[in-house]
Amino acid sequence: MSTFEVSPVASSSSGEQAYRVVNDFSIQVATVNGSGSQTANNVLMRSIFQMGIPVSGKNLFPSNIAGLPTWFTIRANKNGWIARKKEIDFLIAMNPETAREDVLKLEPGAAVLYDEPLQLKDLRTGLHFYPVPFDKLVAPVCPEAKLRKLVRNMIYDGVVAHLLGIDLDEMRKALYKQFGKRKAKAADLNWNAVLAGKQFAEEHLPKTDPLRLERMDKTAGKIIIDGNAAAALGCVFAGCTVVTWYPITPSSSLVDSMTGYLRRLRTEKDTGKATFAVLQAEDELAAIGMVIGASWAGARAMTATSGPGISLMAEFVGLGYYAEVPAVIFDVQRAGPSTGLPTRTMQGDVLSNALLSHGDTRHPLFFPSCPAECFQMAVDAFDFAELFQTPVFVMTDLDLGMNNWMADPFVYPAKPITRGKVLDAEALNKVSDFARYRDVDGDGIPYRTLPGTNHPKAAYFTRGSGHSDKAGYSEREDDYINNVDRLSRKFETMRKHVPPPEVSLNGKAKIGIIYYGTSRWAAEECLDQLAREYDLEASSFRLLAYPFTEALSSFIERHERVYVIDQNRDGQLLALMRLELPVELIAKLRGIRYYGGMPLDARTLTNELVSQEGL
Amino acid sequence: MSTVAATPPKKVNRIGLDVLPYKGSKTTLCAGCGHNSISERLIEVFFELGVEPWQVAKMSGIGCSSKTPAYFLNQAHGFNSVHGRAPAVSTGALLANKNLKGVVVTGDGDTASIGIGQFVHMLRRNVPLVYIIENNGVYGLTKGQFSATADIGSKQKSGVINEMNPIDCCLLAIELGATMVARSFSGDKRQLSNILKACISHRGLAVVDVISPCVTFNDHEGSTKSYSYVKEHDIPLHEMQYVPYYEEIQVQMEDGQVRDVELHDGSHLRLRALHGDFDPTNKDMALAAIHEADKKGEVLTGLLYVRKDKETLHDMMHLVDEPLATLPQSRVRPGPEALEMIMEELR
Repeated sequence: MSTFEVSPVASSSSGEQAYRVVNDFSIQVATVNGSGSQTANNVLMRSIFQMGIPVSGKNLFPSNIAGLPTWFTIRANKNGWIARKKEIDFLIAMNPETAREDVLKLEPGAAVLYDEPLQLKDLRTGLHFYPVPFDKLVAPVCPEAKLRKLVRNMIYDGVVAHLLGIDLDEMRKALYKQFGKRKAKAADLNWNAVLAGKQFAEEHLPKTDPLRLERMDKTAGKIIIDGNAAAALGCVFAGCTVVTWYPITPSSSLVDSMTGYLRRLRTEKDTGKATFAVLQAEDELAAIGMVIGASWAGARAMTATSGPGISLMAEFVGLGYYAEVPAVIFDVQRAGPSTGLPTRTMQGDVLSNALLSHGDTRHPLFFPSCPAECFQMAVDAFDFAELFQTPVFVMTDLDLGMNNWMADPFVYPAKPITRGKVLDAEALNKVSDFARYRDVDGDGIPYRTLPGTNHPKAAYFTRGSGHSDKAGYSEREDDYINNVDRLSRKFETMRKHVPPPEVSLNGKAKIGIIYYGTSRWAAEECLDQLAREYDLEASSFRLLAYPFTEALSSFIERHERVYVIDQNRDGQLLALMRLELPVELIAKLRGIRYYGGMPLDARTLTNELVSQEGL
Repeated sequence: MSTVAATPPKKVNRIGLDVLPYKGSKTTLCAGCGHNSISERLIEVFFELGVEPWQVAKMSGIGCSSKTPAYFLNQAHGFNSVHGRAPAVSTGALLANKNLKGVVVTGDGDTASIGIGQFVHMLRRNVPLVYIIENNGVYGLTKGQFSATADIGSKQKSGVINEMNPIDCCLLAIELGATMVARSFSGDKRQLSNILKACISHRGLAVVDVISPCVTFNDHEGSTKSYSYVKEHDIPLHEMQYVPYYEEIQVQMEDGQVRDVELHDGSHLRLRALHGDFDPTNKDMALAAIHEADKKGEVLTGLLYVRKDKETLHDMMHLVDEPLATLPQSRVRPGPEALEMIMEELR
């Protein structure tokens, strides 16, 4: 269904629509992977952002270097809704392979800018067609034939600027920012292509669609960044010193951008030496093994991976839990194993990560929803891992990690770095006895020492499950039970330290909605749709971390029915709740699940919830 | 507390410590196990060289051999980690603290089977540590299955003959980037001590493959890793004497061709060839000698290969001089102005 807000205005010239849709629509660019369209798309998105209009960009790309279809969806929304919008209002059809299907899928009233030879305008009626002869336009602005493939996409930016009313100065700024100072020549070439597109549109394309962009002031101070780069910056400012990893989509760019930031910000000026080590391991097994080794020896160590890598890390994560070694693991979640959908998003590892490895294991999970939280939770995760001496997962996903987001600027860490309960030589002088796994403070968290500590009491021997509180080898039943019970106490202590949920209670609401991670954006818009379109009030609970806190139980208690939104088939968060909550609360829970691999949209949630409510 | 065996005389070493901090807990391995001899050598060697025990990190994977770090150097931190994964854990630990002296003890199952991937990548990186393979050709804790280092024709206790090619960890080590490679026999105290000392003086990855017979599952007639077989077929390349940097060279060696290998810390290893000249700095010669011995069914022991000019992992990482693990916040958290600069770039 269409969700335009239509406001009638006077027609300015004959042929133009008598109504306008301002700052509330989606643009989809359909291209071929590897054709250089990403630059044109980012410039387009940034131009809208610079006009002060809330905007989001979703890149739907194949697992391929060049040749397969790619779609980039930009949504401009005056109300700040930045989830993906399911319906496409303005299509830029550049890919012969998909053009027909793309056009046939459009809602009536949508606009289509297309490469003229594709001959799309006779496909159907009820759409606004704008044919553009890209090849004819690109030749004069780009004499070098081999560059034309890359430059021709920039032409649609110019056409769109004219049709939608993008300020050309903003587009110029966005373009030159995108290319940077070092590629000024390439920028000039591309800018000429924009101008050629703009001029062609002015001369040949009378506007017939109602879509318009008009300047607002809703993006002041904000930044554009992807979640992986945000997490990378968080790690740099968290004081991370050892990064070991194995490349895997969609997490690779996290370490790639981190390496860049580390070189820039953490190379000491006087010596040129690094206060960090980044090592590409031979596989994820080695990557997490190195993290465990480095953290054991006192570094702030991390890795970044995705589901298949997590599977390989399972044994080490269990060891980290039992041997009580800190580790920070970024899981940029994606769809299932092997080939198929490695470039599609999913909240697919929630249940497995919470319980990863054999024996009785529980691991804390953080769920960032936006770049600012990727940054903040990276900082928090290192403190948390060291405070609790345990592996911590930061659960982002492909949508957050790899897409560009309009985001709040990051807040410099307010608290100093905390290393947790580490005894150095001086501290060891003050204790009568050091027992590595003893619960001295009653919070389940023992004290540790670092290798290299010059003190006769410092050394201990690290093992997995079988050890006494003095870290001696033990296969005794009582030692094992004492140890795992203490680990449970430690997990209880975590509940008081995890990032708290964001709760919005509506006194009239009978239903509640629980969501986490990137579902936030679609869920918040869904709440608005429910209220406006169905007069249905609902409370909301945004979960920021596992283990669950008391707030979760009280939220469920207050409502008759509570919907849990998961971006996976099996309702993994819901399943985790079922493992821990009392049966009377479980009875109130309902699942809303989406698992098609696309960034979640509000309409999908609204339709499902309304259907379950019987409305 | 009891020790592995062989209590050295009560005395202090050059840093004023008696042997106690160098000892470990009581071994739980079988009486006569070659691994116990290796633990004894490690106790002696670290004591004699006066290495500060708290600067050592004892690392291992899983298996009989991997239990042994608990049996030496009580005052060193130890980590009995995951089967086959000691290389990764050790690499991480040494990145965190470049001042640590890493000693990894693994077995042939750990290194040549489940951990072969980690082993070869550790070799490529020249991670500066001592990597000891306690090689008995058999899985002990799971009761006697062949490992990947079992020789063709070697007989299992059950009578099964191995027909698959063995993996020679020394060949891999030389080929793929270790910068000190040696083979020894747990029964040859003098040679093993000299080799271990040389490894400790080396800056780079030192791999020692020690044939260490399993008295319970692989010491029978027909095994090529039994005490009697190895004693009969052990061909030492050279007589060796290690001279620490803090002592003058007063080597008493019989006539013959003597080579002097100066080690990174200024110590020397004097090698007198026993079977014609052997140059351990010559990679091709080392590889050829091992292949030749293999054809004859001989176990070539001694310092097989050494290279001193190769960058270690630490060099390649351009690390600051101090351990990363204990850098203060001022050196690992950039200031607010750095964050503001990046935010501005993203606006």
